[in-house]
Amino acid sequence: MTELNKITHSKQKWESEILKTTLERNPERKPDFSTSSWIPVERVSLPVLLSEEQYMAKLGFPGDYPFTRGVQPTMYRGRFWTMRQYAGFGTAEESNQRYKYLLSQGQTGLSVAFDLPTQIGYDSDDPMSIGEVGKVGVAIDSLKDMEMLFDGIPLDQVSTSMTINAPAAVLLALYIAVAEEQGISNDKIRGTIQNDILKEYIARGTYIFPPEPSLRLVTNIFEYCSKEIPRWNSISISGYHIREAGSTAVQEVAFTLANGIEYINAALQSGLDIDQFAGGLSFFFNAHNDLLEEVAKFRAARRIWAKIIKEKFKAKNPKSMMLRFHTQTGGSTLTAQQPDNNIVRVTIQTLAAVLGGTQSLHTNSRDEAMGLPTEDAVQIALRTQQIVAHESGVTNSVDPLAGSYFVESLTDKIEESVWRYINKIEQLGGMVRAIEAGYIQKEIQNAAYKYQQEVEKNERIIVGVNQFTSKNESMIEILRVDPALRKIQSEKLQKLKAERDNSQVKQLLIKLRDAARDEKVNLMPVILEAVKAYATLGEICGVLRKEFGEYQESVVL
Amino acid sequence: MIELSENVIKGQSRAVARAISWIENDHEMKESLIDQIYPYCGKAVVWGITGPPGSGKSSLVDHLIFRMRAVGKKVAVIAVDPSSPFSGGAILGDRIRMQKHATDEGVFIRSMASRGHLGGVSGATSDAIKVLDAAGYDLILIETIGVGQTEIEVMELSDVVLLVLVPGLGDEIQALKAGVMEIGDVFVVNKSDRDDADKVRAEVKYILEFKEQNGNYIENPVVMTSAKLNEGIDQLLKDTENYLHNINLKGQLEARRKLRILNEINRIISGKIEEELKTFITQKEKLDNWIEKIYQKKCSPYSFVNENFKTFLKEYKKP
Amino acid sequence: MAKKIRILIAKPGLDGHDRGAKYIARALKDAGYEVIYTGIRQSPQAICKSAIQEDVDFVGLSLLSGAHNELFPEVVSLIRKEGGDNIIIFGGGVIPNDDISYLKKKGIEAIFTPGTPIKDVINFIEANKSRISH
Repeated sequence: MTELNKITHSKQKWESEILKTTLERNPERKPDFSTSSWIPVERVSLPVLLSEEQYMAKLGFPGDYPFTRGVQPTMYRGRFWTMRQYAGFGTAEESNQRYKYLLSQGQTGLSVAFDLPTQIGYDSDDPMSIGEVGKVGVAIDSLKDMEMLFDGIPLDQVSTSMTINAPAAVLLALYIAVAEEQGISNDKIRGTIQNDILKEYIARGTYIFPPEPSLRLVTNIFEYCSKEIPRWNSISISGYHIREAGSTAVQEVAFTLANGIEYINAALQSGLDIDQFAGGLSFFFNAHNDLLEEVAKFRAARRIWAKIIKEKFKAKNPKSMMLRFHTQTGGSTLTAQQPDNNIVRVTIQTLAAVLGGTQSLHTNSRDEAMGLPTEDAVQIALRTQQIVAHESGVTNSVDPLAGSYFVESLTDKIEESVWRYINKIEQLGGMVRAIEAGYIQKEIQNAAYKYQQEVEKNERIIVGVNQFTSKNESMIEILRVDPALRKIQSEKLQKLKAERDNSQVKQLLIKLRDAARDEKVNLMPVILEAVKAYATLGEICGVLRKEFGEYQESVVL
Repeated sequence: MIELSENVIKGQSRAVARAISWIENDHEMKESLIDQIYPYCGKAVVWGITGPPGSGKSSLVDHLIFRMRAVGKKVAVIAVDPSSPFSGGAILGDRIRMQKHATDEGVFIRSMASRGHLGGVSGATSDAIKVLDAAGYDLILIETIGVGQTEIEVMELSDVVLLVLVPGLGDEIQALKAGVMEIGDVFVVNKSDRDDADKVRAEVKYILEFKEQNGNYIENPVVMTSAKLNEGIDQLLKDTENYLHNINLKGQLEARRKLRILNEINRIISGKIEEELKTFITQKEKLDNWIEKIYQKKCSPYSFVNENFKTFLKEYKKP
Repeated sequence: MAKKIRILIAKPGLDGHDRGAKYIARALKDAGYEVIYTGIRQSPQAICKSAIQEDVDFVGLSLLSGAHNELFPEVVSLIRKEGGDNIIIFGGGVIPNDDISYLKKKGIEAIFTPGTPIKDVINFIEANKSRISH
């Protein structure tokens, strides 16, 4: 009899002798248990016994293929993750103040939130921008705003993450331009640009152009970054928003990695070599409340990605195979009811991210189900990370949950289901096709609908929402953005347009138009030239809109 | 004349919308409304757009609207989606791809739920066309649900039917052989940017060769389009208009429209008789009792209906 | 045939978070209503025209970006101007308590914030359906 058979046998004995009597006296709370993503959970997991060969193939050691246990050999024993709070609202001046505050509180990286007009390539004075200027992030119309945003922040001292997708090339160009003005050379700037357009079609909605020209912009950025700004992550392939849209943990990983495959294919097609850019690909995931499922999810994601890069794309450089990721705690798990409870949720989610081996983390503020976070709320969120880092002790051992019977089996189950999706998407002709056919959206919506129905039926308990509710909700203060902001920004734009060299701008926009028409041209240098001449974001995106057309969502309900 | 009819004829969109609701809800004034606007009908051309789900019908419609607006024509769209057989509810999402036209005064888009009606359209579609025609829309596009062979009704409602096909649907060509081909006048192979589009086109052409041809046969155009890349749309317009021109010359359009009237009369007759007869019978004797009798095998369903039909003819007096 | 209640679910503004809007659309369909869904990034003008052409009885607006104070009242006033006097308008999304009374004054009759059970929305529709015109 093998060791495992012996254990199984003993388990059966335990079930009939001990468990049975307990169940007869006290039945369990419900007939079936599952993770938040409906993966069945057994009562007691059995040991996963591995040979040395199996261990090395499945887990290996931290910093080594397949990176299940982490991408660095020492992980948080070396240094903690980057504590990076996503922030930005109102004008560049106001956001600049918030960044300086966060840095003074011990935050180690910046993360810029842009307002929706900026994210969709409209200037603040565009009619489409009515009501939206400065609301969910900072309004950036031109290099003038960008200079102000980073005023007094030396760009060689911080790493900056920018959540920008459709107009990613423009904002990256603006950042480079500001760094140059500060006298900082290209090889000194560090950061990440989200640049993940595919998930915009799937979940987040701030697309502008159709997939083909969008993918061209993405690969143009890959190429430019690999050559000009080597310490910059050229993309942050994001599962975060897919999860926010209601996907399961498995779908989050599967669709994100499938997007990654599509970007790689596009880059390879444009003539790049896998090891030239794969090391610059980074990821962005969500951390929800089901702690162990989340830990397993992160571990599975690392293992699958390493296999994809090594086996499918034949990369040689181990750095290309490492799935490095940023995490944000789950916005959709926050409740407007009893907002203080959110602090507890965020703590669990922080643990999930850290036990899962994240490279950087944003913790949500307790008031974000109601609006923009106040400074006090942001401070608690940051403190939560600091407490986990310095007081919880979970950072002392690398991948401390490895070998947990349950976590390892869950990691395997997630991996298996993710491969099934990845293969299915390949059968459909790749991610762009799958999105255009509405397959991905439909899968997510079905999960979201099922989840919500369970909440409605009280089959899933949300504390303070469908159970343990209280009558008198404490009112909490929220941050308000000045509704006159659009006027202020519009006046700035008017002034800018009166002062800059308009004939030069016009000429550079024509140059951009011509470059857009020639697929072989990398648009990054042309855009950089235009932003330096103070062409506005809306002007640049306007030219591209005209050349590339606009994407029309295909809704599947 | 009722006020609503007047406003429909004036082309007021609020009135047009309300008139269509009257039709959908079988409003008591529905027939008077149609009577009053009917003299103003007859100017519009009706195109049916059918094809399987995912073939890009809505996106094609979107492009057609742009082209028609560019030459100054007023366009109305009726987009039909299925009602849930369980709840009776529906999600009508076709207009999403046409929302660019939402603020264009020369475009009217109306989503309709099938409300249990089979045939790819809604029971109200044919009267809704009259309202839109009377309101002055030059072109009326009917986008069907798109489930396949049962969508013959769009043929009865339209002057010309565009059957939209796409590569990659596998069984499609089989379905065509099974009769869907008879529905289409113009065959559109959409998503022509895909590798296997040419193959679909060849197969359509091949199948069309077996179509029965008499002396009046007008060749069915087969057009390659890409709604995504905005390609082939002009050709589609040209071919469709040509086709309409040709069937008009040969008198087929008039014949088709007359056939539509015949079908409509038949439909109204059956509807009315059915309603009157049902009311009469259920008034006369409780239907449940009859069902019980038939269940007990005391009489057959035929003898029951025949007997009642005889009495109906004898006793029925128009109220 | 009985009158069917028709509801337009629309997303004004620029945010792409349509999880809530799509959930509501689907849940209302399952409750037996005919739901017209416009997709994201709709201008108040486009929403108004859609409401009129579709002859809906209710319009539900969903917005998460914080632009509700500007955009919701604009939709109401456009719909009233176009003759949609009886159309009942409600809203949902990330909307602070302080704004709710302002929006109600501006003609948005109900606001459903995150965590509202769908039955509250259905109860609202059922309670008000006697007011719709035929």
